[in-house]
Amino acid sequence: MPVPRGIGAPDSTQMYGGEPVGPILEMKGITKRFPGVVALSNVNLVVQAGEIHAICGENGAGKSTLMKVLSGVYPAGTYEGEIHYEGRVQKFDSIRDSEEQGIIIIHQELALVPLLSIAENIYLGNEQGKFGIVDHEQTHRRTVELLAKVGLNESPETLITDLGVGKQQLVEIAKALSKKVKLLILDEPTASLNETDSAALLDLLLGFKAHGITCILISHKLNEISRVADSVTVLRDGATVKTMDCRETPICEDTIIRYMVGRDMADRYPQRQPNIGEIVFEVKDWTVFHEQHADRKFIKGVSLNVRKGEIVGIAGLMGSGRTEFAMSVFGRSYGRNISGKVHLRGESIDVSTVSKAVAHGIAYVTEDRKGYGLVLENEIEHNISLANLPGVSSHGVIDSGREFAVATDYKRKINIRCSDVFQHVGNLSGGNQQKVVLSKWLFSGPEILILDEPTRGIDVGAKYEIYTLIAQLASEGKCIILISSEMPELLGMSDRIYVMNEGAFVAEMPVAEASQEKIMRSIVNAGKN
Amino acid sequence: MNTNVEAIPMVAEKTPFASIIKKNLREYGMLISLAVIMIFFQYQTEGTLLQPLNLTNLVLQNSYIVIMALGMLLVIVAGHIDLSVGSVAGFIGGLAAVLMVEYHWHYVPAALICLVAGALIGALQGYFVAFHKIPSFIVTLGGMLVFRGLTLALLAGQSVGPFPPEFQLLSSGFIPELINGEGLRMTSVLIGCLVSAGLFYAAMRERANKVQYGASAEPMVFFTIKNLVFAVAIIFFSYLLASYKGLPNVMIVMFGLMLIYDFVTNRTTIGRRVYALGGNEKAARLSGIKTDRLSFYTFINMGVLAAVAGLIFAARLNTATPKAGVGFELDVIAACFIGGASATGGVGKVMGAVIGAFVMGVMNNGMSILGIGIDWQQVIKGIVLVAAVFVDVYNKNK
Repeated sequence: MPVPRGIGAPDSTQMYGGEPVGPILEMKGITKRFPGVVALSNVNLVVQAGEIHAICGENGAGKSTLMKVLSGVYPAGTYEGEIHYEGRVQKFDSIRDSEEQGIIIIHQELALVPLLSIAENIYLGNEQGKFGIVDHEQTHRRTVELLAKVGLNESPETLITDLGVGKQQLVEIAKALSKKVKLLILDEPTASLNETDSAALLDLLLGFKAHGITCILISHKLNEISRVADSVTVLRDGATVKTMDCRETPICEDTIIRYMVGRDMADRYPQRQPNIGEIVFEVKDWTVFHEQHADRKFIKGVSLNVRKGEIVGIAGLMGSGRTEFAMSVFGRSYGRNISGKVHLRGESIDVSTVSKAVAHGIAYVTEDRKGYGLVLENEIEHNISLANLPGVSSHGVIDSGREFAVATDYKRKINIRCSDVFQHVGNLSGGNQQKVVLSKWLFSGPEILILDEPTRGIDVGAKYEIYTLIAQLASEGKCIILISSEMPELLGMSDRIYVMNEGAFVAEMPVAEASQEKIMRSIVNAGKN
Repeated sequence: MNTNVEAIPMVAEKTPFASIIKKNLREYGMLISLAVIMIFFQYQTEGTLLQPLNLTNLVLQNSYIVIMALGMLLVIVAGHIDLSVGSVAGFIGGLAAVLMVEYHWHYVPAALICLVAGALIGALQGYFVAFHKIPSFIVTLGGMLVFRGLTLALLAGQSVGPFPPEFQLLSSGFIPELINGEGLRMTSVLIGCLVSAGLFYAAMRERANKVQYGASAEPMVFFTIKNLVFAVAIIFFSYLLASYKGLPNVMIVMFGLMLIYDFVTNRTTIGRRVYALGGNEKAARLSGIKTDRLSFYTFINMGVLAAVAGLIFAARLNTATPKAGVGFELDVIAACFIGGASATGGVGKVMGAVIGAFVMGVMNNGMSILGIGIDWQQVIKGIVLVAAVFVDVYNKNK
């Protein structure tokens, strides 16, 4: 039974303060083939002991495959090349092998059991006790220690389902610490965290580094990389493009982007000339009660308006109610006891069901494309036509030719990368899946598009394409409501920004007057009252 | 746009012919398995399996399973299950007997009442599943007990029969011979030819439609060979049946329903919506699909088809017994899963379920001819069910 060795007891052979003592990990000439595809081609990765090493690259660049090779998900022999770890050649046959050597990977999709407690999750598969009988006291005590190390102030008995995503992430890290971690791999740990939680997580990583734990950080968020990483390796199309040391010369985000996409990206947001007209869409005094707790008012009298051709951003922290507000407007898809009015060109409209909302030209592009946006095991063309089946059928009979033509048209227009539209969307990368969701809603012929985190978890290149699309839609006179946790995105794309906090709008500002500081200040000030 | 080609070297490398074979193998894998099983039993039984008399019996014995499998497939694709179909079929058979034998109703209104009763039973169960989110496994497990009990009560534990001769024709009758009095039933052969010609024409039209919109269609040679094989097979079977007494009435009903449900699932918006509902209910709802109502409809539909099957089974036995329909639900559900439906919903084909039903039927029939006891028959059928699903899942994960 391995004794949990936390960050308080670092390996004595390692030096403190992140100074390199030679590489802990060298992956040499890694090539991984799948039938017909070379996923990794001669990839080299050198990670110095005690550093934070960032890996970035577009979706599909091979980051996850590389980590699966390292952690033994793809056993030795199924790839070419060598893994040197702590000075020895390693041949891992399973995750268990790599974990025994102190390599722990935390995946983007968290692997926690929702209805078990924090303590039970941390020691899942590694239960404290003897002869198969769990020692609850020991489990509890050690969990308290681990939670203190990751700065999570929760009882070990709390169920995972009662925690937010940010805290769940911390539980995953605590679980990693409960094993003998020497090399911690985090796959997009902040993808679903808000800025505060992300910052706290990054601070935690810096703390680990001070205690001699080496980290590999896979991230799309370049500002985070430049904040914490000691070196960066960029992958593109399954090959190493460049490894940069950031201790000597601070890295330039634009340089990374250039290596990632293989081209210059002069501006991360497309230039646009807003052409804003009259008010088209208005929500007045919108109040929603919590779906489970019927006595809890969740959205508190929110009013919003959007003009023709305008992009209106909604800023706010995770859990501030932005998604719930949008979904409740979109056919009462969230909440109960909903009250308030929705106006389209000054006239009150009925949006009490999704089909009525769609008929009035409202489209809601969900933040959770796998859970709420796509039927993963269906073809691309079937997903695109789903919200507007009458558009490809007559008298209830689908014209498969028309459906194919529509889907192929969107594939071409917004550059969905796929062999053909019969491919299942489950096999597409995140960015391409997002484009399918967008195509579905564009085909429904909307006037008002509510985009909820439209660029979450997708790579820089695809992001730019989606921004361009949004800008184009606005220039065609559509009303866009853009919900985002990434403030640069809101500032870069919106014409006007509402700030939401705890179910209410606490500020509204034209983008010219907005800044990250100002938005944060209005959230913090609202919290004080 | 150039990246399109780079991103998918897999497709580009392969010769189109090999990929077509592979795609078709996956699509027709089950059909090929059925053919292999039939050839195996044909050989083992020294030609008994495909003797016209036996073939006719095979159709008669399996028609009600096939018909229920059509409804079950929709229920399973929508993400539910219906365990009550055997009991419902038995209950409807009992109801028909009471109306026709005890109350001397004419068979037409009696049959209509039975279909309406089936719909109401489906609606009742569907109401709890769709609108109150009670798991269908539980609701229909309850329904299975309730309707088995009601069958016993309705028939007072007795067998009730015989049915009026006109009603018996539903299961024991054959289509009338118009051309050739005795001997080879030319009408049946003719219908077989017309059906295969019709199907061939429909396939041609679909292909032409695809080509017109620029979708990739398989090469003409391959397409022609494949569809000719189907057409010849249909004509051959109708010839075999014609050399006995012709096409059974029930086969016409079954075949008609098969075509209707194949069309509904593949070509209509309602079919598409059921697949979306089963694949991802939340996404379907957020796309404006009334998912609750759709689930409800699949259960009503199942109830009606269970009623049809109950009538056919009662007519076949010419008596309604309290034991009628016991265990049918297992054959029906097994047929769907053997035919490639996914237990989690969203995946499954009507023709797959039909083939699955015939795989079970041919095995039952073949093993009986070979004199294998009911004990080992069940063992073998159970193994085939798990093996078929295993191969399916294994292929998907590969």
